Amino acid sequence: MSGWMDHLTIAPIVLPLLAGAVMMLIDERQRTLKAVIGMASALGLLGLAVLALAVADSGADAGAAGVRVYRLGNWPANFGIVLVLDRFAALMLVLTGILGVAALMFSLPRWQKAGAHFHPLFQFQLMGLNGAFLTGDLFNLFVFFEIMLAASYGLALHGSGLARVRAGLHYVAINLSASLLFLIGVSMIYGVSGTLNMADLAGRVAGLAAEDRGLLEAGAAILGLAFLIKAGMWPLGFWLPNTYSTLNPASAAIVSVLSKVGIYAVLRLWLLVFGDGAGASGGFGGTVLLVGGLLTVGFGSIAVLATQNMARLAGAIVLVSSGTLLAAIGAGQMPVTGGALFYLTSSVLAVAGFFLVIELVERGRGVGADVLAVTREAFGEGDDEDAEDGGSGGGAGVAIPATMALLGIGFLSSALLLAGLPPLSGFLAKFAILSPLLAAGPEVAATTWILLAALVLSGLATVVAMTRVGIDAFWASPAAEVPRVRVAEIAPVLLLLSLNLALTIQAGPAMRYMEDTARSLHAPQDYNGAVLSGVQTPAPAAAPVAAKAAGGGR
Amino acid sequence: MELILSLGIGVLTGSGVWLLLRPRTFQVIVGLSLLSYAVNLFIFSTGGLRTGAPPILEDGRAGTLAMHADPVPQALVLTAIVIGFATTALFLVVLLAARGLTGTDHVDGKESGR
Repeated sequence: MSGWMDHLTIAPIVLPLLAGAVMMLIDERQRTLKAVIGMASALGLLGLAVLALAVADSGADAGAAGVRVYRLGNWPANFGIVLVLDRFAALMLVLTGILGVAALMFSLPRWQKAGAHFHPLFQFQLMGLNGAFLTGDLFNLFVFFEIMLAASYGLALHGSGLARVRAGLHYVAINLSASLLFLIGVSMIYGVSGTLNMADLAGRVAGLAAEDRGLLEAGAAILGLAFLIKAGMWPLGFWLPNTYSTLNPASAAIVSVLSKVGIYAVLRLWLLVFGDGAGASGGFGGTVLLVGGLLTVGFGSIAVLATQNMARLAGAIVLVSSGTLLAAIGAGQMPVTGGALFYLTSSVLAVAGFFLVIELVERGRGVGADVLAVTREAFGEGDDEDAEDGGSGGGAGVAIPATMALLGIGFLSSALLLAGLPPLSGFLAKFAILSPLLAAGPEVAATTWILLAALVLSGLATVVAMTRVGIDAFWASPAAEVPRVRVAEIAPVLLLLSLNLALTIQAGPAMRYMEDTARSLHAPQDYNGAVLSGVQTPAPAAAPVAAKAAGGGR
Repeated sequence: MELILSLGIGVLTGSGVWLLLRPRTFQVIVGLSLLSYAVNLFIFSTGGLRTGAPPILEDGRAGTLAMHADPVPQALVLTAIVIGFATTALFLVVLLAARGLTGTDHVDGKESGR
């Protein structure tokens, strides 16, 4: 322990906690002050996250693998609680930091005023997310999940209104049930293995007695259910489009990371506990992830095509991206995981940007314009009217206002990213997932072809749906009123898109980082070694020491 | 003792799941509460059931689980109770808001089939 850098690992949790707690004490009317504190905290978090990424990647002062372990109270890992910062956690911290800044900036002109306590809730949301990424202990994962969820309940209901409360009721009920499953899973794992530390657990799985193995796997499966409900895997994800479509956009941008937290937990725990070192349990559940992911992609694509509403479209796209990630993870190959991480980064940024841009586009249109547009399309009505409008306008063409042009660019690039079409990083990500699968050997497995088809077809479905919505919104909009958009609202959208552009241009270094991350995830010896260093021997050896002490007492 | 505890957990879980699937919000919240009681008992039972075992180290006794009660599930169950209580209270608020806005206590915010 030397100096401030050691506390880098816990700083992303403490900073929003303090900011949120201070805001609770400030009167609700002093919104500017709260906004300043919130923005300072969000920017600080982004800075910390980038620093953490640099530290984890260089690995200079943190051991060979770049794994930094923070022991609370300096207890050894088998007694105390640990926070672990490695490449994967740092990547997720940076994504959360970027979304935090973007969503908060977006909320400043308008949405922060839509209800009480937006800023503290937002900070606690960031705290819960960062904590869930950093913790190295199953029960603390539960605690941070609950912090994150409690804040997201508040953010989901922010702005109030019938639709939000109705969807929020389902969201809360489902997540409370999922939390109970989480607890059952954790306690079963503890009952069998006698540890809650993830690295310690990974070391003990191989040595479990055969009769205990079933219990551990059942516990892990129940735990996995809780994560997959968050991620929205097919039979568990029906709540997701409904809830996400009613969220206010600033909340939606940050809450859209929650589905990726489920993915994060699955990826981390599955590779750690049921990786190559797990003996007879190795690879447990991989087929479920693969098949479930494929089914989710299928269901998501149908939902994408069926939807008539932009916000629901965004929810359906979240399902598609979750499914793609789960299927790629379920393939269980190291290079594919690297591609999946690249896809995760690209899709988190793109989905958040899309949530922000659709609200700006929708603002210029009447309520229900989407439904009307699709109805017109289906029944062929309204064409005459449009023709008349065009005639009276002189037909010379009206210069598109700058706002609409910017929104159009935002929408178009989101569409390209989400569908995975060539120029931008969405395409590179899908390519990075598929090429190692196809290059694996002369014999390409049937599941690989299905995954390939699913990725391509889901991209096609996204293109079709986004084109339809885009034509209605930008070219054939019945209400040609230009939405009033502030700079602070369009800036976060452009920020997210330009980051994706940067990811495209700098794909080489980014992909190198993702591959390093995937390598350390698939070979977690360094992670385990770093967490468990300082632990003299596993639990049974504690008995003689205590017995000696007891002997001395006698 | 094992039989009574497992029966208790089973009955609580069964009633909780049944109530959770009912259409009235009040039934749902009571179901969630019963389920969380069942889960708390379940967590408690993972430490092994026994009476009279001290939870902290004493002089003259080896510090093993054979001699002491497992303190970890007790700590876990305490945390789980607090968190469960808080989130249930939060759910109650959402439930009341839904009742006020929709005018019905159906979970979908509208009566089905009427």
